[in-house]
Amino acid sequence: MSKGRFGIHGGQYIPETLMNAVIELEEAYNHYKDDPQFNEELNTLFREYTGRPSNLYFAKRMTDDLGGAKIYLKREDLNHTGAHKINNALGQVLLAKKMGKTRVIAETGAGQHGVATATAAAMMDMECEVFMGEEDTRRQALNVYRMRLLGAKVHSVTSGTATLKDAVSETMREWTNRIADTHYVLGSVMGPHPFPTIVRDFQAVISKEIKEQLQEKEGRLPDCVLACVGGGSNAIGAFYHFIDDPSVQLIGCEAAGRGVDTFETAATLATGKLGIFHGMKSYFCQDEYGQIAPVYSISAGLDYPGIGPEHAMLYDSGRAQYVAITDDEAVDAFEYLSRLEGIIPAIESAHAVAYARKLAPTMRKDQIMVINISGRGDKDCAAIARYRGEDIHE
Amino acid sequence: MSKVTDAFLKGKAFIPFITCGDPDLETTKKLVKAMEEAGADVIELGIPFSDPTAEGPVIQEANLRALSGGVTTDSILDMVKELRTTVTVPLVFMTYANVVYSYGNNTKTNIEGGTEKFLQKAAEAGIDGLILPDVPYEEKADFQPLCRKYGIDFISLIAPTSHDRIRTIAREAEGFVYCVSSLGVTGVRSRITTDIGAMVGLVREATKVPAAIGFGISTPEQAKEMSAKADGVIVGSAIVKIIAAHGADSVPYVADYVKSMKDAIR
Repeated sequence: MSKGRFGIHGGQYIPETLMNAVIELEEAYNHYKDDPQFNEELNTLFREYTGRPSNLYFAKRMTDDLGGAKIYLKREDLNHTGAHKINNALGQVLLAKKMGKTRVIAETGAGQHGVATATAAAMMDMECEVFMGEEDTRRQALNVYRMRLLGAKVHSVTSGTATLKDAVSETMREWTNRIADTHYVLGSVMGPHPFPTIVRDFQAVISKEIKEQLQEKEGRLPDCVLACVGGGSNAIGAFYHFIDDPSVQLIGCEAAGRGVDTFETAATLATGKLGIFHGMKSYFCQDEYGQIAPVYSISAGLDYPGIGPEHAMLYDSGRAQYVAITDDEAVDAFEYLSRLEGIIPAIESAHAVAYARKLAPTMRKDQIMVINISGRGDKDCAAIARYRGEDIHE
Repeated sequence: MSKVTDAFLKGKAFIPFITCGDPDLETTKKLVKAMEEAGADVIELGIPFSDPTAEGPVIQEANLRALSGGVTTDSILDMVKELRTTVTVPLVFMTYANVVYSYGNNTKTNIEGGTEKFLQKAAEAGIDGLILPDVPYEEKADFQPLCRKYGIDFISLIAPTSHDRIRTIAREAEGFVYCVSSLGVTGVRSRITTDIGAMVGLVREATKVPAAIGFGISTPEQAKEMSAKADGVIVGSAIVKIIAAHGADSVPYVADYVKSMKDAIR
């Protein structure tokens, strides 16, 4: 009876008011996902608008510096709008358009998903409203302006901790308020079925390309793939086409904030337990009474108390490993990649770079590591400068 | 026979909602007693949740006040147990899936969670029903069979968007069918535009379990109009607003309000 399960995780734990909306979405998605015309339209957008395929770049200086595995960077930061989020936003807004919807709503943490949705909505002539935690509108002020410039209305969410989880709650509330003409463009592989599947499918282009590009460059599979994990959309995108290749180690990097032994952390798999929240059964940071914990990370995009149900399943089965990276380690990695490779990664992606710095030296030189650089770091420069005690004005 | 269903035998039922621990559990106890005396037929007790996604601002803030005041599921269960020595009105818990599922579960990966432990304790305390707004028909298998085991009605909701789902949901309904009057979250509305009569008609075709209407009702006139179309009305935000305004002194105001609402639907 219950649909959309990943092992024991997933499901559809949402108010009755939304049930027919997700059923309608599932039916539409099942129709269009194999529709040649829909796929042709989407692939054209990926190619002509986003700039896909994104490069798989050999990071020579980083490889030499770490002295172990050969390191490739999957450059999702080079996508239009500067992150992997555009893959899903284009897919979902196109799907919404086909469904006859005229308005899209979205939550955003770092602002990248909000910008991507506002971009897709502008290009496809849809009305767009984005919900963003008040705290995040402050630390990602540039992205708020970008969304407005793109014609979206940005709502500052003041409830709860005023971060990503509250933005998700508020967008769900808004969806129950206006369903007939509105599609909720969920930004990560989370929420009720069918969202975790839809978002994963639109992001799976990342691992599809990595596989083809590495085959061309090296004639083989990578030994490991690293990606940062909040809800987990860039990670599942980077993992998906390798799940059935057991030789490829899959590693998700969670945000430990000030450390997994502190209360100021967002590392769900390191510190959370099973629960039911935001439409899904999965792991969540919570207290002994099931109250969702106020999580913390320097990265607004990873500052979420849960993780997508497919990651929860990969964690249970041991197919993927998950590690926790602190703010300090991520900021060091942010600066490291900038100086060594001339690539400023998003602070989210820097969590994956940070773990690569630990792992690569333990690997042999004939082994290959791929790091998914999920986004670019321009949006983070002011915050990182502040972290280093320097006050810069944009 | 269900104690909750029986409460509808005396005529149209008035069902008030309050959030436990708002502003403190002593006030909650007094409010329950006063509402029973004022004519409440069933009382909905909210266990606060950090992220109540089906609630509007009024009840969200009540949840926050209660949690900031330090109330926990255990202290609420103790309060209900104590109330039951004097209060006979059916009591129904309204909370979110995670509060039930994660109750007393200290392990990371226990699939069963704490649902059974929660329901056992709720039944012992004297709770008659459970409403979980984030558990639709498709997911109720996690909760309903265990509710039955402990003699607690698992109360289902239907919404203005339910259409063809109404029959399926109503057929398996227990206690009463919670008919959500409007789109959106809980909160006071000046007008209710849904065709409630048609909705309740579909419910009645499928079940003998009574139908109560909630979301947006605040005035005696609205209560009267809605109760003419169903077996009872549920009022939350309007009462929580009174509590927000008067705090620990809210008991007489709430009692007067409940009496006026009950009188309007008699």
